Amino acid sequence: MMTYTTLTIVALPALMFLFLGLLGGKFKPAVAGIIGTLGLTIVAALSYMTAFQYFFQVGKVDGVYQQLTALNVNWLTLTDKLHIDLGILLDPISVLMLVVVSTVSLMVHIYSMGYMKGERGFQRYYAILSLFTFSMLGLVVATNIFQMYIFWELVGVSSYLLIGFYYTKPSAVAASKKAFIVTRFADLFFLIGILLLSFYSGTFSFVELNDPNGSVLGQPITATFMGASVLSWAMILIFMGGAGKSAMMPFHIWLPDAMEGPTPVSALIHAATMVVAGVYLVARLFPLYAFGAPEVLTIISYVGAITALFAAVVACTQTDIKRVLAFSTISQIAYMITAMGVSGYGGHEGLGYMASMFHLTTHAFFKALLFLGAGAVIHAVHSNEMKDMGGLRKYLPITHITFLIACLSIAGIPPFSGFFSKDEILVAAFEHDKLIFAVLYLTAGLTAFYMFRLYYRIFWGENDKQYHHTPHEAPLNMTFPLMFLAALTVVFGFVPFGSFVTADRLPYEGHIQWPIASMSILVGVVGILIATVMYRKSNDKPDRVAATVKGLYKASFNKFWFDEGWLFVTKQILFKRVSAPIAWFDRHIIDGFMNLLASVTSSVSHRIKGIQSGELQDYAWAFYMGTMVIVVLVILL
Amino acid sequence: MEAYLIVSTVMFFAGVYGFLSRRNMLTILMSLELMLNAADINFVVFNRYLYPGQLDGTFFALFAIGISAAETALAIAIIINIYRNLKNIYIDEVSKMKY
Repeated sequence: MMTYTTLTIVALPALMFLFLGLLGGKFKPAVAGIIGTLGLTIVAALSYMTAFQYFFQVGKVDGVYQQLTALNVNWLTLTDKLHIDLGILLDPISVLMLVVVSTVSLMVHIYSMGYMKGERGFQRYYAILSLFTFSMLGLVVATNIFQMYIFWELVGVSSYLLIGFYYTKPSAVAASKKAFIVTRFADLFFLIGILLLSFYSGTFSFVELNDPNGSVLGQPITATFMGASVLSWAMILIFMGGAGKSAMMPFHIWLPDAMEGPTPVSALIHAATMVVAGVYLVARLFPLYAFGAPEVLTIISYVGAITALFAAVVACTQTDIKRVLAFSTISQIAYMITAMGVSGYGGHEGLGYMASMFHLTTHAFFKALLFLGAGAVIHAVHSNEMKDMGGLRKYLPITHITFLIACLSIAGIPPFSGFFSKDEILVAAFEHDKLIFAVLYLTAGLTAFYMFRLYYRIFWGENDKQYHHTPHEAPLNMTFPLMFLAALTVVFGFVPFGSFVTADRLPYEGHIQWPIASMSILVGVVGILIATVMYRKSNDKPDRVAATVKGLYKASFNKFWFDEGWLFVTKQILFKRVSAPIAWFDRHIIDGFMNLLASVTSSVSHRIKGIQSGELQDYAWAFYMGTMVIVVLVILL
Repeated sequence: MEAYLIVSTVMFFAGVYGFLSRRNMLTILMSLELMLNAADINFVVFNRYLYPGQLDGTFFALFAIGISAAETALAIAIIINIYRNLKNIYIDEVSKMKY
């Protein structure tokens, strides 16, 4: 029963993509949009049904959530043991992701009907959205790591296509290329990691790999390379792939540029779903990390913590509202990654894992809400820059309220959902590593500060600002997703998340730890207050603060020169020192040898061309002389 | 027998010489016929003197004459067509189809 439902969930968007991609041009844009949205509505409904069945009816056996393989098709057989399958695996995290992805995707589909109205290539837009949804759903239900890798690349492609949607704009083309190349570069490590892992363990299957008592772990642990076990190396390489997709330092450079795409796309792909694929990857292989390579988890937690702080600092100085949100996304995903890193396997130890998935879910809802709200603002004022905004709260009342809810949620103010998930991450970090806790705590304060800076700059400030034409509230198909997501943001925190999703799939009763919770509320409130003082009304305080910490401000404004650093590495070192000599070798030695062969052949044939004169009598003469010679030879010998 | 063979040899090499040295296609064709006829003479002569009771050589000679007649007709038709098109039957100047 669940086989067909889940198969439909994955296959329907794929059919939608083919249908809209091949025949979309035949319809009116609005019809194509409605078809895509209806398809997604079915997918979302089926996802909710699957989730209900899984969590409340069939999933739980003896108090443990089972890993159900709803479908498994042998696709490629490499050896008897090693084969690549395509299938559907249902366990708490994949079912959770089904719900998250289909919900956000549905909201974005609805929203796009208003936002993208009248754009060229409207049908193409919906076709690629369907492709993305298909790939992301295929990724989350993957039964084995290779299937995950296939869909992983597919989401990369659809992300590329959507960032470059405005393909007549050079900056969008550059951004899509950058996103694709950077993530693809990281995926190279992912692939090496997969090959290493499967070579030593002899399996791709998640169920076999993740079996804590499994025998597959034996060989990868005992085999060592450069002082660490092969398993650790494989897990580090796999995490690098995840870091690429999830924009961890130093692979984060593509995400801010990806904001060149249409805003609903940023909400769907670059905030809620695709960028959390890295977190999902770590969660998927968590038992391997926890039992096989705990030292890699430590690395992961530090990478996450540094990225979280770095991105939060950068977000404080950006002026493009979508870029602020992009850096905020990097920072929040780093939060989830850190939570994974500080987690243990089961029970109270596994709090970090649970908190990470919880934050993933709540973040998906409120960050999608923030992006869609930002889209409504951009729709109203036709600009991404903060300086073109201000005082919008009376023009865009619904956007204003929903945006405020999302800001409060991300700042960690109760009773909004962000408070619950963030609090649990902080508790997990506090119990594991005080240094990481301090970094995350500081980041939480910065988060509240930059979000409210954004909020005040958009909706408050200069009340009498003159607009060319009065900004107006977005149509209902844009405000409905905002309200829906806002409602989710408000209520989702009260879901007893621990009783559904934990590392060992045993229900876990979490309680709010008030000492740490009150500290996190405090730092959130302080951040908001500072932002209020500085940005509530337009004044010169921000400039004065910027002047006092000039170096830091400049570094932050220029994103700590990471882009320049990568450009230096690629252009100066890779292109000049490596590629250029290789190109010279290719052009002069290899091509030269071939050219030499060709020119020798050509000159020789030029010389002997004269023999073939076309004169009949010359040929006859040669023939006779030849016959004579043969006759003479025959007679003599 | 030797006398016949000398005649045929002379005819054959006259044909070879004509084939190699003449420029006019008709002359070349005539030289070709000379060579063929030399061969025919040889057939008949060898048949007459070496295997007097048989007629194989004679048949071959008749057969070759028939074929050479057909071939000559074809060659002359080609030459006439070349002449009509190019106003020229000198073999070294008919190079329009070359390359």
